[in-house]
Amino acid sequence: MARTSRFATGLAAAAIVVVLLSLIPHIYGRTNTLLWAQALYIGIAAMGLNLLTGYNGQVSIGHGAFFGVGAYTTALLMQQHGWQFLPTLAVAAPLCFLVGVAVGFPALRVKGLYLALVTLGLAVLFPDLTKHYVHVTGGTNLVSLDADKLSPPAWVPTSVSAIGRDDQWAYYCALAFVVVGLIGMLLMVRSRFGRALIAVRDHEPAAETVGINISQVKVLAFAVSALYAGIAGSCSVLVLTQASADKVQTFQLSIEFLVAVVIGGTATVIGPLLGAGLVVFVQNWISNTLPKHVPSSGIVSRVLTNKASAPAVFGILLILFVLVLPDGLIGGLRRLKARSGRMLRRPRPAPATT
Amino acid sequence: MSLFLTQVMNGIGNGAVYASLALALVLIFKTTGILNFAQGEMALYSTYLTWYFADRGLSVWVAIVVSMAISFVLGAGIERVVIRPVEQASPLVLVIVTIGLFLAINSIAQVQFGSEAKHLPRAYPDNTWHPGNVLISADTLVLVGVLALECGLLYLLLQRTKLGLAVRSVASNTESSRLLGVPVGRILMFGWGLSAALGALAGSLAVAASQPALTAASMQSILFFAFAAAALGGFDSTVGAVVGGLIVGVVQSLTTQYFKSLSDIVLVVPFALILVVLMFRPSGLFGTTRVERV
Repeated sequence: MARTSRFATGLAAAAIVVVLLSLIPHIYGRTNTLLWAQALYIGIAAMGLNLLTGYNGQVSIGHGAFFGVGAYTTALLMQQHGWQFLPTLAVAAPLCFLVGVAVGFPALRVKGLYLALVTLGLAVLFPDLTKHYVHVTGGTNLVSLDADKLSPPAWVPTSVSAIGRDDQWAYYCALAFVVVGLIGMLLMVRSRFGRALIAVRDHEPAAETVGINISQVKVLAFAVSALYAGIAGSCSVLVLTQASADKVQTFQLSIEFLVAVVIGGTATVIGPLLGAGLVVFVQNWISNTLPKHVPSSGIVSRVLTNKASAPAVFGILLILFVLVLPDGLIGGLRRLKARSGRMLRRPRPAPATT
Repeated sequence: MSLFLTQVMNGIGNGAVYASLALALVLIFKTTGILNFAQGEMALYSTYLTWYFADRGLSVWVAIVVSMAISFVLGAGIERVVIRPVEQASPLVLVIVTIGLFLAINSIAQVQFGSEAKHLPRAYPDNTWHPGNVLISADTLVLVGVLALECGLLYLLLQRTKLGLAVRSVASNTESSRLLGVPVGRILMFGWGLSAALGALAGSLAVAASQPALTAASMQSILFFAFAAAALGGFDSTVGAVVGGLIVGVVQSLTTQYFKSLSDIVLVVPFALILVVLMFRPSGLFGTTRVERV
């Protein structure tokens, strides 16, 4: 009984949040809508990474590469072959899944820190690979999409894609995949597969003795998380109107996914989405809003209005954040709830027993 | 053949830089169990310090020594202020903290020293030697010489002094060391300081030797190769760091020479090498294999 009512409350809350989120492009202009869309697609990738790192304990700093595979697949199919956005996912998603399987197999042997490093290598290597194999006009690895390729297909009602507002289409695509991804995540985590992920993370030998196929579970975790990252990459093409990869960018994306997972709450379903929102909006706040609210003279203002100082502020905030909330937003909320619950249900003094 | 040997020598020169930075990584990993993503940026900041002092008229060698001393203090400070409060946190949180440091230090260096490219003056004449048609540059000799000196001093420090004994005891068992009266906190600060100083040396030499421009991105590829070196050698082995660094350097240089089609994806070969080694020896060439009891 309690379980069903909790489920119903959760469902209602989720529906309200989705409705509110779907209003965003009608409240904000282009810039802010795209910012929200960015938070959403980074959230998709972070959800996927959380499955691997949070639930399965395999740390990856290379998901920027899978993201890139998705982005390039979609961008090349749209720009050079004239595909619509949605059909490209039918190619990009399976492709990323397969790349994930291909990386997941060697990852079986490589553990912990070493895995983090090998995946970091993947993120560093990926831009070079695209430079080597992606040839578009201009001899760079940047695939930009023409404006007419970005418009939504004809069946999309104009209320969600006003003329000249391709940002709305980009936003709704990202939102749709967040919802699909979230439902998928909920189902996976509660399934036999999800339990197996956790069992493998917590004690591999014990998991093996109860009949879990360790290799299968780990490779599958890698593949599914690569799939999520790839879909996020595909969505990013609509938002950024291009696919590109340089070292700094791919590394930074990989880091952002991991940061989103940790500050949102590792091994929680909703945490990575909240974390992604924090990552995107806090960075935006630091570079655009903060410099306007500092005293107009003196060293503080000179430092903060310098564009190069934004990562410093972000880095310091990040360190302070994990210092205060090492278990992320969700972990902090849970502790808060447990504490307030204890205060409300203060046990009565036990009756004297003699 | 002489071309081959020339490339090997070049590779050893580069490898010496990777080995130095890998040593810094390994020192921190052995004592605190942290994979320090900020190591490259710490070295970057120190290299900017070297440039700053050289620019103020000190000779490059003196500037490097001054920068190492300041880096030692800063490194120890980072341990005390940033790392100590999260010492007990999960490994993932520690990764995030060092990533935060990475972002912060890189951007502080840019703000403080400006984003235009810097150049260090040459520290020694740019001679080359040709014993039997093999070209050996002064860079290679200096880099290898400094690495050898560094290894020798580190060996003496760790194996022959009381301080070194304390460092090794903290690395092998922190709790027991604490019970035996080793001031663990101060030793950890010392470890971070030492590693920051080693990074300062590696970074400054890398920029002083082949004379690339010093920019905010200078250390990122060097850090990647140092990670590769440390992973190859085994993350808890100082010998492994040195051997790994040299191997990565040589492989990189031979790739550039013999696989022209890979010239823009030089990273593929060291990456493949690490992957293959880790497949067969999951803790690197010299790393301790962790035995797990069921």
